[in-house]
Amino acid sequence: MDVLTDNFALYGKGFLGTVELTVYSSLLALVLGFLMASFRVAPVGSFRVFGTVWVTVLRNTPLTLLFFAVLLGLPRFGLVLPFEVFAVIALGCYTSAFICEALRSGINTVPKGQGEAARSLGMSFGQTLGDVVLPQAFRSVIPPIGSTLIALAKNTAIAGAFSVNELLGTYKTLSELGYSIIWTFFWIAVGYLIITLSISALFNVLEKRWGIAR
Amino acid sequence: MTATETGTAPAPGRHADTESTALYDIPGPRARRRHFLYGILSTVVVLALLGWILYLLFSTGQFTADKWSPFTYEGIQELVLRGLGNTLKAFAYASVLSLLLGGVLATGRLSVHRPVRWLSTVCVEFFRAMPVLVMIFFIFVALKVQPLPALVAGLTLYNGSVLAEVFRTGINAVERGQREAAYALGMRKTQVMTYVLAPQALRAMLPTIISQLVVALKDTSLGYLITYEEFLHAGKLIASNLDYDLPFIPVVMIISPIYIGMCMLLSWFATWVAKRQRRSPKTDAGHVAPPEPRPVLPGQS
Repeated sequence: MDVLTDNFALYGKGFLGTVELTVYSSLLALVLGFLMASFRVAPVGSFRVFGTVWVTVLRNTPLTLLFFAVLLGLPRFGLVLPFEVFAVIALGCYTSAFICEALRSGINTVPKGQGEAARSLGMSFGQTLGDVVLPQAFRSVIPPIGSTLIALAKNTAIAGAFSVNELLGTYKTLSELGYSIIWTFFWIAVGYLIITLSISALFNVLEKRWGIAR
Repeated sequence: MTATETGTAPAPGRHADTESTALYDIPGPRARRRHFLYGILSTVVVLALLGWILYLLFSTGQFTADKWSPFTYEGIQELVLRGLGNTLKAFAYASVLSLLLGGVLATGRLSVHRPVRWLSTVCVEFFRAMPVLVMIFFIFVALKVQPLPALVAGLTLYNGSVLAEVFRTGINAVERGQREAAYALGMRKTQVMTYVLAPQALRAMLPTIISQLVVALKDTSLGYLITYEEFLHAGKLIASNLDYDLPFIPVVMIISPIYIGMCMLLSWFATWVAKRQRRSPKTDAGHVAPPEPRPVLPGQS
């Protein structure tokens, strides 16, 4: 118990680091995922190819390898950014592939007649997608996007192993200070549980408000 | 992933009659010209980006003989192959054990005894909510286990829990009539499960199960973080060698395609199984025509 009370500031710093990583990466992943989903259903062939390549490559890349490439590879190009920024780039791009697929399967759940009706009113592709299809698709993708973001929150732990400040990384400092490792990890686990449960609670609320009544 | 996926089915292939055709009309001659122009422009932009990256690679001296020479040495090739072998070894152990644990936990969650159900639910929910890496570190640091068993144990706990949910969903998705019919034939609880429900559930869930194994394969790379000598670890050893002028980029260029290729093969296999199943009558229980009034005597209609 005294592990937590003695080192509350350290735990708090790690916890906030994980929260920050999660929030920024989520925003990047949502924006990129939305963009790639639009690319993948676009009428222009080269856009579709680009979106497909993006998703296929990133979905099949181990995140550890991506971190390795971004954090240790990019500085070789003389691109030196803080590790937090690198971590957000890696996590955001990686997760965007899964967001894109969730959105695309959501687009598939919208009845075909909706798109056809929009077209028959003379709407363009952008209007059909943005004003008619996506708003309806969003309602059915709330749960899968929620679970993708929970996975993202858990993946931030890898950033800690690459020496970005976050929750898992606190164990090193604490074990050097000689605290019981079991309790150290217990409180780390509690921290992650708080984050993942908050996200799932948030998405439950969203689902209640906007989800499709089943 | 890491354990990122949530076990969603692989995306269906694109057919001419799927979702996209509903979003825009079949383009006429002017739209086709416009799309062609967009295509050209976007291709130029992408090529320019690629060119800029290549230029960066050359200008920062990533293609010097120094940096690529290590890959010509037999010792280094062996190191890389050993790393690849270790990755596959961890994957083999983790996948077999995950399937076993998933079976056990799913059985527990479907049990009629409340304490067993409760215990398995707690297990599954906890291990799904924890980052895999936290478990691996805990086993490695706190329990002082060797890298390979620690990695395999962490992967097994996580993927086993996810697979348990997959199995459970599969069992519950089997049509109620199957279970009822089996009980009606006088089968016992275990027989109903092993002869009737489990085979059908496994067949229907096979693509999802394979997709989950892709997650396990990707996560073997976490072994790198606990000094397990797997593929990425071998790469790191070569990359941090000053004699070859720190060949980080060449190493990434050689390792990534192999990693991504392995995972893509497995993903593709999942998609292929799913496609084959959609055509196969075995996964889809035969539909019995609903009872309806029929002519009582032949000849009446």
